[in-house]
Amino acid sequence: MGLFIPHIYNGEAISLSSVPVVQVKPFRLAVIAHVAAGDLISAMFAQPLGDGFRLYAVLCAPLREQLGIIATDVADSYPALTPDCPAANGFEREIFEQWGIRPEGHPWLKPIRFQPSRMTGQTPAVGITEFFSMEGGESHEVAVGPVHAGVIEPGHFRFLCHGETVFHLEISLGYQHRGIERALAGGPGGRTIHYMETLAGDTTVGHAAAYCAVMEALSGIQVPPVANSIRAIAAELERMANHIGDLGALAGDVGFLPTLNYCGRIRGDVLNLTAMLCGNRFGRTLLTPGGVRFGIDPDRRQRLLTRLDAVEKDLDTALSLMFSAPSVLARLERTGTLSMDLARQIGLVGVAARACGLSHDVRTGLPYGAYRFDSPPASTFHSGDCFARAYVRKLEVEQSIAFIRRQLNAPSAQNELRKPLLPLGPDRVTVALTEGWRGDICHVAATDHEGRFAFYKVVDPSFHNWLGLAFALRGQQISDFPLCNKSFNLSYCGHDL
Amino acid sequence: MIYSLLFVFLALAFAPFLMSVINRTKAFFGGRSGPALLQPYYDLVKLLRKGAVYSRTVSWIFHTAPSVEVAAVLAALAVTPLGGIPALLAFPGDLLFLVYVLGLMRFCVVIAALDTGSAFEGMGASREVQFSALAEVALLVGLAAVAAKVHAVGLSDMCREAWAGGMFGENGVTMLLVSASLLVVLLAENSRIPVDDPNTHLELTMIHEVMILDYGGVDLALIEYAAAVKFWVLGSLLVSMALPFRGTSQIGNLAAGLGGLLVLALVVGCIESVMARLRLVRVPQLLVVAGVLSFLALFNVMR
Repeated sequence: MGLFIPHIYNGEAISLSSVPVVQVKPFRLAVIAHVAAGDLISAMFAQPLGDGFRLYAVLCAPLREQLGIIATDVADSYPALTPDCPAANGFEREIFEQWGIRPEGHPWLKPIRFQPSRMTGQTPAVGITEFFSMEGGESHEVAVGPVHAGVIEPGHFRFLCHGETVFHLEISLGYQHRGIERALAGGPGGRTIHYMETLAGDTTVGHAAAYCAVMEALSGIQVPPVANSIRAIAAELERMANHIGDLGALAGDVGFLPTLNYCGRIRGDVLNLTAMLCGNRFGRTLLTPGGVRFGIDPDRRQRLLTRLDAVEKDLDTALSLMFSAPSVLARLERTGTLSMDLARQIGLVGVAARACGLSHDVRTGLPYGAYRFDSPPASTFHSGDCFARAYVRKLEVEQSIAFIRRQLNAPSAQNELRKPLLPLGPDRVTVALTEGWRGDICHVAATDHEGRFAFYKVVDPSFHNWLGLAFALRGQQISDFPLCNKSFNLSYCGHDL
Repeated sequence: MIYSLLFVFLALAFAPFLMSVINRTKAFFGGRSGPALLQPYYDLVKLLRKGAVYSRTVSWIFHTAPSVEVAAVLAALAVTPLGGIPALLAFPGDLLFLVYVLGLMRFCVVIAALDTGSAFEGMGASREVQFSALAEVALLVGLAAVAAKVHAVGLSDMCREAWAGGMFGENGVTMLLVSASLLVVLLAENSRIPVDDPNTHLELTMIHEVMILDYGGVDLALIEYAAAVKFWVLGSLLVSMALPFRGTSQIGNLAAGLGGLLVLALVVGCIESVMARLRLVRVPQLLVVAGVLSFLALFNVMR
């Protein structure tokens, strides 16, 4: 490749001036070459600088256990990366809509979140844009949403169909845009942690952990081991609760009621375990920059272990029903298949990527916190279909249970829960990656001269994966869409921010 | 005659109750206590007290369809026997009448769905027509096989004579084949699992439910009630074919028939609890199997 992007570690802060700034051409070539070699684009964004803009790319190289950050200066346009590197698609659309920087040659340049332009302040009407269309006999379009039949978040789906077969699905989001990144510039403040915890409500611990890692890196403190352990327990409980809920919902979507009913209840039991940690079923208020707010006394430790045993036993019954019913397997197998190659090209992360056979998992690839000492192995399956996404969830739940047990059975002699936070260092930048239950959560933050956030960039795993859902639907039956959708179970608000 | 009338009244009163039995069975398998036994009635009362909202694109077809559906299903009920209990109206060839009255009912649902101009309802209508075209063959041929076996062309005569030879008599094979076929037809026509999922909220996967999405209030109550009576009608036919018991007293026949309907509801509930719904492209294969069973029965009779 000949182009080397200097590396930083997950959760390491470096001086903003040490980020290499290169010409546009080497920047493009470096990013494209690294992605072709197996790196993921964790974040790509622009910040105003003088008359022009500085374009940052954060790459994650799971095989080398490294992160890379590189920047370039652009005026109002630059040659797009997307034609050579489809994973940049969403990021370039975002940069275009925020700052009006035109990626020349981008194949489908249109708003992604319909957020107000940072240059003009104008807000486009959400969902009003161009869509693909198809003509011919028996071809028809089906528009679903933004208002859906279930109690779910808003999003617009357009199916180009030929009879019952889907040719292409176009997904248009942005209905949940709240302007979190704009609100964070100039921070942090008293509300910041609450923004993080509700950024994607079902990933409270995942996003809060990434935010805490950012704060701790910028202020240069180390978290006590007990706090790291409790954070990891909370993160695994969150993963379990969501995976179990998803497995139940998958069973429900194919009309298999026993697993639906049992998993709904077991998910509640797991949420109650999180409530035992901190008093909130979603882990809100548990994490705080510097450590955690609540410890686990020996009595509660024992009760957690006992109830975890009960959960494991019930879950085994519920899931073995589902995974041994031929009618369920017939629905899941070969539905919504993505190839490993395609998954790599569009930069899939998390469960969806591991279900295609990719072994990337932040907990093992770029370990942080308690995972540095004990990282659950990455659970993968090769078939890339709805079955694989269900099966990987099952495997991960089993690994999470084992992990939580190991953490609870190894009590520490120390009992310090949090370190006081020091003022944030000025002109520094840091990248924190955590493995939320959906996949990579990336937070990038930089401070200004006074140690306040110059910018704060959040990338939820859903941002990478929505395109994967669109591709999974190609050539499928439109009646299988709900099943495919549930097997990805992506966040609307995590994408829209 | 008095028992035929009684049967019709029982059907009108207890058709929604069978839905409740199915729901409670499913709840039992799922470890839930399930909805109240009278929930379908509460729902009907609730709907009857509600107003309706109509889309501006719909015409008189949409407004008329629910009434025609109820009329059609009541006509079907009038010619439906239950085991040894003859139908209120019996005439030669009433099996064709029954099939086509149910066809009329379906026709109304489908054109009312198309009348709304919604993409969802159009898809549902397309699926309904595709599947019922196959289900109708299975039903008609199955009934033809029974007619040929017992040398009668009236439903009431056919059902009375169905097990004339006793439980191990020569009619047994035909009746078992036809019963198996009718069970599939019953599941498909009443949009039950494995063909359709009556509980789903996912429009893209629905068949029957998606076609009535635009209805509310009294119209929806009529449609729901008609659907329950339709289950009773097809269920009665199936029980008549499958129940190898004909008593000498009419009251015994009625009790056996009603017991059979209850068991049928339990069986449907069990089927829905232990298996997932079929992939939509597999549904025609299931219906073709039902058709093949019916044809086998017919060939067996005519050989």
